[in-house]
Amino acid sequence: MIPAAFEYTKPSTVDEAVQALADGGEDAKVLAGGQSLIPMLRLRLAAPTLLVDLGGLGELRGVRDDGDALVIGAMTRYADLLRDPLVRDHAPLLAQATATVADRQVRHLGTIGGSLAEADPAGDLPSVAVALDVSFEVVGPDGWRTISAADFFVDFLTTALGDGEMLAALRVPKQDGWGTHYEKFNRVAQAWSIVGVAVAVRRENGTIAEARVGLTNMGNRPVRARAVEEALTGAPATVDAVSSAAARAAEGADPPADVWASAEYRSHLATVLTRRAVVAAGGIHAS
Amino acid sequence: MTTVQERPTGEVGAARKRKEDARLITGRTMWTENVMLPGMLHLAILRSPMAHARITRVDTSAALREPGVVTAFSGRDVAETQGSLPCAWPVTEDMVHPDHPPLAVDEVRHAGEAVAVVVARDRASAVDALATIEVDYEPLPVVLDMEEALAEDARLVHADKGTNKAYTWIFDSGEAGTGHGVDAAFAGAEVVIKRRYIQQRLIPAFMEPRSVVVDPTGDQHTIWSATQIPHILRVMVALVTGTPEHKVRVVAPDVGGGFGGKLQVTAEELIAFMAAQRVGKPVKYTESRSDSLLSAHHGRDQIQDLELAARRDGTVLGLRVNLLANMGAYLGIVTPGVPLLGAFMYNAIYKFPAYRFVCTGVYTNTTTTDAYRGAGRPEATYAIERLMDELAVELDMDPVEVRRRNWIRHDEFPFDTVAGLTYDSGNYEAATDKALELFGYEALRAEQASRRESGDPVQLGIGVSTYTEMCGLAPSRVLGALRYAAGGWETASIRVLPTGKVEVVTGTSPHGQGHETAWSQIVADRLGVPFEDVEVLHGDTRTSHKGLDTYGSRSLAVGGIALVNACTKVVDKAKPVAAHLLECDVSDLEFADGAFRVRGAPSDAAGKTIADCAFAVFAAHDMPEGVEPTIDADATYDPGNFSFPHGTHLCATEVDTETGRVTIRSYVAVDDVGRVINPLIVEGQVHGGVAQGIAQALFEEAVYDSEGNLLTGTFIDYTPPSAADLPDIVSDRTETPAPDHPLGAKGVGEAGTIASTPAVINAIVDALRPYGVSDIRMPATPERVWQALRGGARS
Repeated sequence: MIPAAFEYTKPSTVDEAVQALADGGEDAKVLAGGQSLIPMLRLRLAAPTLLVDLGGLGELRGVRDDGDALVIGAMTRYADLLRDPLVRDHAPLLAQATATVADRQVRHLGTIGGSLAEADPAGDLPSVAVALDVSFEVVGPDGWRTISAADFFVDFLTTALGDGEMLAALRVPKQDGWGTHYEKFNRVAQAWSIVGVAVAVRRENGTIAEARVGLTNMGNRPVRARAVEEALTGAPATVDAVSSAAARAAEGADPPADVWASAEYRSHLATVLTRRAVVAAGGIHAS
Repeated sequence: MTTVQERPTGEVGAARKRKEDARLITGRTMWTENVMLPGMLHLAILRSPMAHARITRVDTSAALREPGVVTAFSGRDVAETQGSLPCAWPVTEDMVHPDHPPLAVDEVRHAGEAVAVVVARDRASAVDALATIEVDYEPLPVVLDMEEALAEDARLVHADKGTNKAYTWIFDSGEAGTGHGVDAAFAGAEVVIKRRYIQQRLIPAFMEPRSVVVDPTGDQHTIWSATQIPHILRVMVALVTGTPEHKVRVVAPDVGGGFGGKLQVTAEELIAFMAAQRVGKPVKYTESRSDSLLSAHHGRDQIQDLELAARRDGTVLGLRVNLLANMGAYLGIVTPGVPLLGAFMYNAIYKFPAYRFVCTGVYTNTTTTDAYRGAGRPEATYAIERLMDELAVELDMDPVEVRRRNWIRHDEFPFDTVAGLTYDSGNYEAATDKALELFGYEALRAEQASRRESGDPVQLGIGVSTYTEMCGLAPSRVLGALRYAAGGWETASIRVLPTGKVEVVTGTSPHGQGHETAWSQIVADRLGVPFEDVEVLHGDTRTSHKGLDTYGSRSLAVGGIALVNACTKVVDKAKPVAAHLLECDVSDLEFADGAFRVRGAPSDAAGKTIADCAFAVFAAHDMPEGVEPTIDADATYDPGNFSFPHGTHLCATEVDTETGRVTIRSYVAVDDVGRVINPLIVEGQVHGGVAQGIAQALFEEAVYDSEGNLLTGTFIDYTPPSAADLPDIVSDRTETPAPDHPLGAKGVGEAGTIASTPAVINAIVDALRPYGVSDIRMPATPERVWQALRGGARS
């Protein structure tokens, strides 16, 4: 199909982009790679009158070391993240999840900010963001502000971004000393997750000192599996302990039912995948 | 394990890279969408959002006021003139055959049916203007389920027909005299296996969406179409529209895949034809992927009720098949006949003496079904190969052994089957032995036992599928007996140019198969010309005026014989010319190694080549009396029989019992397609076919909701697998030459698809037998496998 007609602008600075969005009003849409938006336009499920292409904003691309965190520009492409040594060394969970996104073509065009601002609960990066407590740096007509991951994802395809605001950068805490794993389950390699599980655990000797678990596609927004985290905290690093904690993965989740899977099956998968992800992240071996 | 293969001495048998691939892979070629004509306009089609509704009002007047719009019209505007889309296969005398208007007039009967069109100066304007067309629909009850459709008080797809039943077609070996009556077989049975299998609805999902350009300039109508059947399309357009056939030219330029999905005379082709006539200018329509998945014909969609009778020693005594076949809302070009192509294949490679097949065609408010790779034969093969596994379990016998006890031995060919066919040749023992060895069958069985023993959450299953298929459609007398409107011959013409280059015109219509390469190899050997000197022309009824196109693995099996016969005629016609040039008697000449020489002369002696003869007849200065100055030749060939490739496919699956995920660990395909012209092409066909069969087993299904909306209307939802989802395929061959083919070749286009689906499902069920699972519905999604493991109702 062919999209309905729209205006297009490609600002070269963040200020220009904010101005363009302000001028465009509520019918303006940000184009940040287009891997979700362009299909929506082609199917005429979206019909914005103005596209503000952020592809020209060099200042929003790249990864920088900022002490205990990495700061990642929102327009950094997946493929660039995967090549980045800082991401590899300090944010391996992000790297592993990114490597599972769609296919090579998408990973060379799609951006981390585009994915997160789309807030598709079936996307792989939102659950990583909530698991790691990533901070979202946003800019708009009233200047800059920071939103926590817990607050950023509001509902299905809905974020806390206000009118005229756009996502500029992500502040990703370094996971030095943590073990991490992303476990993705999908129908075909290029498809969205039926369920995904993002896990970071910190071991102290034979016990799990801290655990963070984010679930992909288990609700209207990425889910933090708090019940699992609580059960894991202080638990022995054994498969049995992990299994009983993981059995609580679907608690509080509200998984969708669609052509790919029922809600019941998703809840079951969440428990199996959570167990596997924690075992892998924690380097736990069967006794 | 490696067998030393005889090295080919000529082109035939050589693994030539395909000469058409550079342009096809880069896309730098003439696809229909690339056709640009002066003054060309663009067509967009408004499709029904409802599966069944009365159209109470259509108003296209607002569209006419939109920028760039030239005309807009609905089915009502052309109701008297548009005619009905053809069905060439009325399988029974009393078949219920509703009208099939290209544009719906008073009623829509499936979601996606074309309702109105806009023609504009550019595509975007045409698409934009669709939104201004007003249509009032009065919803009518929807019937989607075949059994509900056949119930006493069913809602009707075509109210005026009084029934949703299209036909019932019966084959009974007792009545046909090809075997015994099936009731007696069951009366004497020690074991009866009774099963219901569901062939889910599939979408052919060719890579290039359908596209058509119609140029009505002058009184000639030229139609470019992404079709498999340019010749059939030409005849049908003439018949449906009343346009004299000699005023219709059809061109199928390069076509990006079909898999049967472009074996159709489409509503879109006739709508574009009407639109072009209306505006007097060329009109182009190219469908979107979503429109393609929604409205191009679908495939499969059958319910198979099966009963197999056997003795406890494993001998099969008889088979009853009761089939419901979903036609969709209308009949396409061969819709009713597709399940009947399977009727002859349920007995497969086995010798059992009694068989009864009953097929009922059913109308529902869904997209029309029609040919999809294998067409009828994958369904039949699936059914019998699943049943043979069930029989093996029932008798506690190895699944290979139960097949061995029933199959036709290699020394029993030609074999007259219970379904009334005569199998030409085969060696099931050799293909199976080779497959078992490549697969490492015994070692995998041992691993399976140890995983079962240890309660491994990932279980191993082994699936066996032995198959044969009838391909090379088809002997015209058989098609006639089955009430098919056309014949099954094929044709080839050879034109030897003055410089010795050769043009081959084929009546087949390749859309990815590699005919240009394979035909060149055959001609190079037969005429002694270099491979590079042969150009294969196809798909334009002005160049190739005669042909029956490409489907049913027929091109080489039938068209290849026409080609060989045409080559023989060229040599025969060149012979007196060569004799004249060599100043000898015709009877003293022989043609070998690309040249005519006097019999007994050494092979390096001076001779006259086909090129020499071509130049001599071009100049024609000095032709002997009575010799026509041409060596060009045509041949048309009507096969006396089908061709019966066969093979054994083995699949090992790992099934994660916690998630239900199925992973194919190894896959071995040993196919016997007779003599191979080009092993690269054969391997490509097998790999692609296996991929498509695996897709049916594990991934693909067209799903409607209860209102008749297609839920799998994008590739994201339909989930066709990519290379990343598919296993490495070990592909090998045995070669049992086809006795009726001068090259010994059999068809290969559908074999992989036919064999692989039951191999995969048998492997999954085999893995899960200890859990009490005896069937799994296709596609075997992780959730379905998980539900089956829980003994849930959804399995």
